[in-house]
Amino acid sequence: MKKICISVGLLLTMLRAGHAQSTEKPAYEKRKLKFEEVNIVSSYYHQDGNNSAVTGGIGTEKLTDLAQSFDLIMSKTDQKNRLHTFAFDFNIDHYTSASSDNIDPLTVSSASRSDTHVYPSLSWSVNNPANRTTKGVALSYSTEYDYKSYGINLSFAKASADNNREISVKAGAFFDTWKLILPPELRPEGYGSGAHGDRDPVAYKPRNSYNASLSLSQIINKRLQVLLTVEPAFQQGLLSTPFHRIYFRDGSETVERLPGSRLKLPIGIRLHYFAGDRVIVRAFYRYYIDDWGMQAHTVNLETPIKLTSFLSVSPFYRFSHQTAVRYFAAYGQHSLTEKYYTSDYDISGFNSQFIGAGIRMAPPGGLFGTGHWQSVELRYGHYIRSTGMVANNITFLAKIK
Amino acid sequence: MNNQRAGLLAIGLMLLGTSACTTVKEYQKNRINDAEMELSARKSEKFEQNFYLYREGAAGANGGKSGGGCGCN
Repeated sequence: MKKICISVGLLLTMLRAGHAQSTEKPAYEKRKLKFEEVNIVSSYYHQDGNNSAVTGGIGTEKLTDLAQSFDLIMSKTDQKNRLHTFAFDFNIDHYTSASSDNIDPLTVSSASRSDTHVYPSLSWSVNNPANRTTKGVALSYSTEYDYKSYGINLSFAKASADNNREISVKAGAFFDTWKLILPPELRPEGYGSGAHGDRDPVAYKPRNSYNASLSLSQIINKRLQVLLTVEPAFQQGLLSTPFHRIYFRDGSETVERLPGSRLKLPIGIRLHYFAGDRVIVRAFYRYYIDDWGMQAHTVNLETPIKLTSFLSVSPFYRFSHQTAVRYFAAYGQHSLTEKYYTSDYDISGFNSQFIGAGIRMAPPGGLFGTGHWQSVELRYGHYIRSTGMVANNITFLAKIK
Repeated sequence: MNNQRAGLLAIGLMLLGTSACTTVKEYQKNRINDAEMELSARKSEKFEQNFYLYREGAAGANGGKSGGGCGCN
């Protein structure tokens, strides 16, 4: 009887110990990588105009671009309670361009008629709530038929103790390579076309870009917050486009020539205000200046209106004014004595307007009763440039959480 | 030059406005934390920012690229 009592007692003790082991939290809890969200963005863009740089500032600018983006965000909290965020961004766009087709007008359909641009990026950031800092690194790659790029970006941000202010610093560099595709009439003897199957050599030239960014965000009151950003950028290498034609006053022809460096200084301020219970005002202004003689002012105003708790419409208007770079002149207006010349209307002086609206649906339980499909957004805009170019852009976004 | 002054003045005035800020507690941030109030460009603006980069000379300070990484301006 004594043996039985001892055996039962031991068994109960073991069971209790086992139970305690299964309910008590261990000193170290393993935290798994958590899915945060996926954003899928699709876009269709179409433009037309009559100032193509490929044909010296005259000729069609017709272009159609289909773009697709997929970004995945995941996170993990480590043993020191720091939040690690991992983001993978994959983008692809395919364009057909009538003006690029005119690089080589003798061919029925040249290699430059259409192209696919692929640009993935990977980023990792660590947020430490103990000292309110976030550090990050991002790597990017981009490839087109005649252009390749490798990029790196580092970032650091620190929030104030009350989380009402944050200062952030970023630094980045892109190391790019151009494949020099020249118009056929301007190719030296033995110089290749750059097309698949053409074994004649073509030249390659680098273009490097370095940028830094300093931002300060501040919550002003319960309804208003602002962000100020200063983002100087320096580029060096081949900054002209090798297949842009130039026609001089005497009728002679060459390709675009621009300085080997460019220093840009944009300063932007963003102001977001929640007016009443349904209207938000998103205002943005940017002043831009560079050492090629361009100055620009850009204003963007968007006012999301919450029609219901899960449906909002967002009309927007953007106005931009830029002065021409000092090397710009129209078709047949350049002089042979000039050192640099371009007839690219993208860097000429003009006003542009972009007007449109977006509609966003984000039901509390997710779309179509699926909790994960959090929101969809459809956005359309019409772009008008005082040079005569017009464009239309439509974007669809789906967010899965 | 006048344009430059006007731009700097506008930024100066907005900065001056930030000096009038009040401390907002976490529980008072329901409007500030609204998705539409996020201090960045929308994800759906991604490709719009790309075409500005190609079609205009000015770039940067808007959450998009400031040059490099593409055969753009």
